[in-house]
Amino acid sequence: MGKKLIEFRNVSFRYGDEQPWVLKNCSFDIYEKEWLAIIGHNGSGKSTIAKLMNGLLFPQEGEIIIDGQQVNEESIWSIRKDVGMVFQNPDNQFVGTTVQDDVAFGMENRGIPREEMITRISETLSAVGMQDYLLTEPHRLSGGQKQRVAIASVLAISPQVLILDEATAMLDPKGRTEIMQTVNNVQEKNELSLITITHDLQEVVQADRVIVMNDGEIWDEAIPRDIFSKKDDLREIGLDVPFVAILADELKANGISITKEPLNHEELLEDLWTLHLKT
Amino acid sequence: MSNSLIIGQYVPGQSLVHKLDPRTKITIIFFFVFIVFFANNLVSYTLLTVFALASMFISRVPIRFILKGLTPVWFLIVFTFILHLFVTKEGTLIFDLYIFEFYTGGVIQGFAISMRFFLLILMTSLLTLTTTPIEITDAIEDMLHPLKKVKFPVHELALMMSISLRFIPTLMQETEKISRAQASRGVDFKTGPIKERAKAVVPLLVPLFVSAFKRAEELAMAMEARGYQGGEGRTKLRELKIEKRDILIYVLFACVIAGLIYTRNY
Ligand SMILES: Nc1ncnc2c1ncn2[C@@H]1O[C@H](COP(=O)(O)OP(=O)(O)OP(=O)(O)O)[C@@H](O)[C@H]1O
Ligand SMILES: [Mg+2]
Repeated sequence: MGKKLIEFRNVSFRYGDEQPWVLKNCSFDIYEKEWLAIIGHNGSGKSTIAKLMNGLLFPQEGEIIIDGQQVNEESIWSIRKDVGMVFQNPDNQFVGTTVQDDVAFGMENRGIPREEMITRISETLSAVGMQDYLLTEPHRLSGGQKQRVAIASVLAISPQVLILDEATAMLDPKGRTEIMQTVNNVQEKNELSLITITHDLQEVVQADRVIVMNDGEIWDEAIPRDIFSKKDDLREIGLDVPFVAILADELKANGISITKEPLNHEELLEDLWTLHLKT
Repeated sequence: MSNSLIIGQYVPGQSLVHKLDPRTKITIIFFFVFIVFFANNLVSYTLLTVFALASMFISRVPIRFILKGLTPVWFLIVFTFILHLFVTKEGTLIFDLYIFEFYTGGVIQGFAISMRFFLLILMTSLLTLTTTPIEITDAIEDMLHPLKKVKFPVHELALMMSISLRFIPTLMQETEKISRAQASRGVDFKTGPIKERAKAVVPLLVPLFVSAFKRAEELAMAMEARGYQGGEGRTKLRELKIEKRDILIYVLFACVIAGLIYTRNY
């Protein structure tokens, strides 16, 4: 595992003095180039974590360190250069009147020269497959296309961390797979850390590591395979378990021995067809 | 549906008029509005009309769009003409029937004033027909730039305009969606007495406002997350540039002004 990029040290947060704590004494690390998934029930504090990483909110207790810098009023502008974030609703983060204006927005804020903006716009839009829509207005784009543009806009400022806060929630399964493919390619090419906040199990399974949030606390932190072996506990805190994992459980209950917790259909199939060879 | 969503009246094109820098167009129209009032004889009116009509033909904007722009003011043009016909009692009497006493002076005056109106409307609608709203916004931001010295929020104003332009179609789509949803629940917007219809608008406006505020809040957060910290130190992707053609047009327009001053004393 690489260098630590983001550190949460005993972070507690609430939205107001009278309000309940939304995050309670959370500590975890995020490393360079890794893909971390954050899951948890509605209101468990996932989006709050994302906003804390970007200096949109500040913790009342504890500290957050990003690439060696503590997040505070002075450091947020340089931190926002490193941390790019895509939100859930594609419409409400589209600022420009056309696709190219929107991709330019983040770069304009950072004072990047015009010539460089133009090359970066064409690079990042090709990376997300939107190069033919330079001059299209947002209301002529589908939700998925807008979300691609949002990803391109964030990539254009070449961040070290890309946070997707339920960025694919509004898309159909095909669009979702396509976007995740795109993001994954970009992540590997640009060596980014990727943080995905999601309810989509397919996405969770692909991640390197998973953090499970429950009521503002870190309930578990492990690789996907280990997380999904605790099926009953996950269900108890209101989370889903992938279908293959349930199927594997049923098979085990019926006396079919399965060697490892399968994450997808191929793995289960592998286990099943080699079963007879072993017996 | 998408057609009805075009903001303003912009007609896409590649003509010289389209390609001119928006600042050039705004400046010229600004001065045109003044000099129209200096025209005082047939020659000077002809000069200005030729200039306006030539601009119109070069822009290649279909006549029907221009006529559409003129529709709301036709009445005004005709009305001024008739008013002058009745009121001005100069020159020789050319028509006399009961109270209808028309003099040559009235005809000429009425014609001149209506012509002024016509030229003004023609030129201003040519601006909006050949310039996108965002170009106009950029031009205004640039031209108001000196006002920054007196703390006038030029950048903020331009940003506000461009965000409005960005969200008008979205909110229109949303209005349509909500009105369909409410219609499917039996709210009737289209028939019945005015009072009833006005009442029916309430269930349309409330969800629209709620969602607009939510949008605004989310947008503000997204802008901040994307590093927006005011106009200071910002660069711009959309660039305004004075080209040879702009200079050419300025020179030509200067000639028109000179011609006008010369012909006034004919
Ligand atoms: N702006 C706010 N003001 C006050 N309370 C808030 C605000 N935003 C969120 N909360 C509260 O903080 C808690 C955590 O919210 P958060 O948005 O982080 O949850 P989440 O895990 O992202 O949920 P979801 O899966 O629904 O997106 C919730 O109980 C919510 O009611
Ligand atoms: Mg959330």
